[in-house]
Amino acid sequence: MMAALRTPRGLATALILLVLAVLPLLTQAFDQRYLLSIGTRIVIWSIAAVSLNMILGYGGLVSFGHAMFFGIGGYAVGILSAEGVSSGWIQWPVALLAATAWAALIGALSLRTRGLYFIMITLAFAQLVYYVGSGLEAYGGDDGLNISRSRFPGLIDLRDKASFYWLCFALLCASLWFCGRYANSHFGLVLRGAKSNELRMTALGFPVFRYRLAAFTIAGALGGLSGILLANEGAYVSPAMMSWMKSGDLIVIVVLGGMGALFGPLYGTIAFFVLEEALPPLLNLAHKGWGEYWMIVFGPLLVLIALYARGGIDSLLGRRHE
Amino acid sequence: MTEPLLRTERLVKRYGGLLATDNVSIDVRPGEIHALIGPNGAGKTTLVHQLTGVVAPDSGAIHFAGRDVTRLATHARVRLGLGRSFQITSVLREFTALENVALAVQGHAGHSFRFLADARHDEALRGPARRLLEEVGLGERAGTLAASLSHGEQRQLEIAMALAGEPSLLLLDEPMAGMGVEESQRLIGFLRALKQKHAMLLIEHDMDAVFQLADRITVLVYGRAIASGTPDEIRANPDVRQAYLGEEAA
Repeated sequence: MMAALRTPRGLATALILLVLAVLPLLTQAFDQRYLLSIGTRIVIWSIAAVSLNMILGYGGLVSFGHAMFFGIGGYAVGILSAEGVSSGWIQWPVALLAATAWAALIGALSLRTRGLYFIMITLAFAQLVYYVGSGLEAYGGDDGLNISRSRFPGLIDLRDKASFYWLCFALLCASLWFCGRYANSHFGLVLRGAKSNELRMTALGFPVFRYRLAAFTIAGALGGLSGILLANEGAYVSPAMMSWMKSGDLIVIVVLGGMGALFGPLYGTIAFFVLEEALPPLLNLAHKGWGEYWMIVFGPLLVLIALYARGGIDSLLGRRHE
Repeated sequence: MTEPLLRTERLVKRYGGLLATDNVSIDVRPGEIHALIGPNGAGKTTLVHQLTGVVAPDSGAIHFAGRDVTRLATHARVRLGLGRSFQITSVLREFTALENVALAVQGHAGHSFRFLADARHDEALRGPARRLLEEVGLGERAGTLAASLSHGEQRQLEIAMALAGEPSLLLLDEPMAGMGVEESQRLIGFLRALKQKHAMLLIEHDMDAVFQLADRITVLVYGRAIASGTPDEIRANPDVRQAYLGEEAA
């Protein structure tokens, strides 16, 4: 544990986690409440990115529809809330169950395909969910739906920004802990082996499909959790939270941070949010009005990462010791 | 005569107009090495794919270990004791030699739906894996990434992985491919020592190896088994000489 702190990776990760752990205190001290809201979204998106990393990073399964789990988790909470069920004890399990069941179902169908077809079919399912969401006129349609935050009477008040942030942060830590165990478990090694050489793993007697389906389902459940949190963060759900662009952002985050690296999703999310917030003002500084086109800088940056830093930000922090 | 371990019954596989497997009936008995030879395009790979379950035959049957396995999935056949090595070296390149074999042991041990325990320190997997690496002569290279092993070493690793399943039958798809003379000779000696425990179906281009190792040889030409017999019978068979061995054996 202490030895890990002496590597650049260990030090950077420890610092990030430390700052995240005390973020509400910092933002209060410096009176920057807007930053806490960004911090909360970073933590929630990190959970989603961890869940995508579980299939994309360790399984090599490029799911181009992961934001649909934002939608499933979010809408389950939103619809229940609109129907007057405000208890989190009901909302959250229902939302998790819905995300898990949906992941198992579409996983069972999409995992029969490979490569580009898998990308397209996951995208297609995500679009399906998206259009169902925008077709739900009773629940706001395209405009989305204002909701009240889940209630956990006597336990925690999610309307309190700091409490809600700490809850999200605790769930992120739990996700990272689980993902770390998962990656090196018997299950994780089979998944990673199948990423490396599916035919070989089959010849060793592993029913690869079942392992991938289990991974996809777990990732879907965790993705659903991030959707629940996202809905509670803004007290609002809308189809936009599951657009294909959000799915693309999640892939970018995982690739940027380092596929198959435990903390990669965390680095990736932070880098993504920081660039998204910092690039427009920087470009506006260079020339007024350029800020709008921050993607012109961001895009090539991703290309550079893809070309020269295959392991993403994680690989820039030195070699990994497994 | 002992009951054959593996037996095919008039296997047929068509690809469009091409008859890739034409009524092939072969068998492998316990304790023997049965070699399958034939020129390129004779349908050896297609036959192997049907035996392992990668493709399904159009008609005919495959019996293995007393069961009809014609429609059984690949991983289920592996569980029954059908191990294989690949024509093109097929190891997990990002894993160390030891991890490769440990995964093979894990595959044999049964289901791996365990999410929390650290498999990299599971002695129940690593112990047998280390012994298998010793057995194929790779004990020193346990911690090396498979990608960094020499070609010959990767082939040895392949065999260690196949052995982890304690297969009663080993399907060896060109195990000598790309090996130097010295490496081949070492492998031949090793395979010979192995055949008491594991029967083998050997697909191989290296005729020296085939005639040194095989108890029986079947010759495949254009998807058909044109001859089957002991190495001496095959050498003397006029059809084989004409169709395949050609000048080399004359």
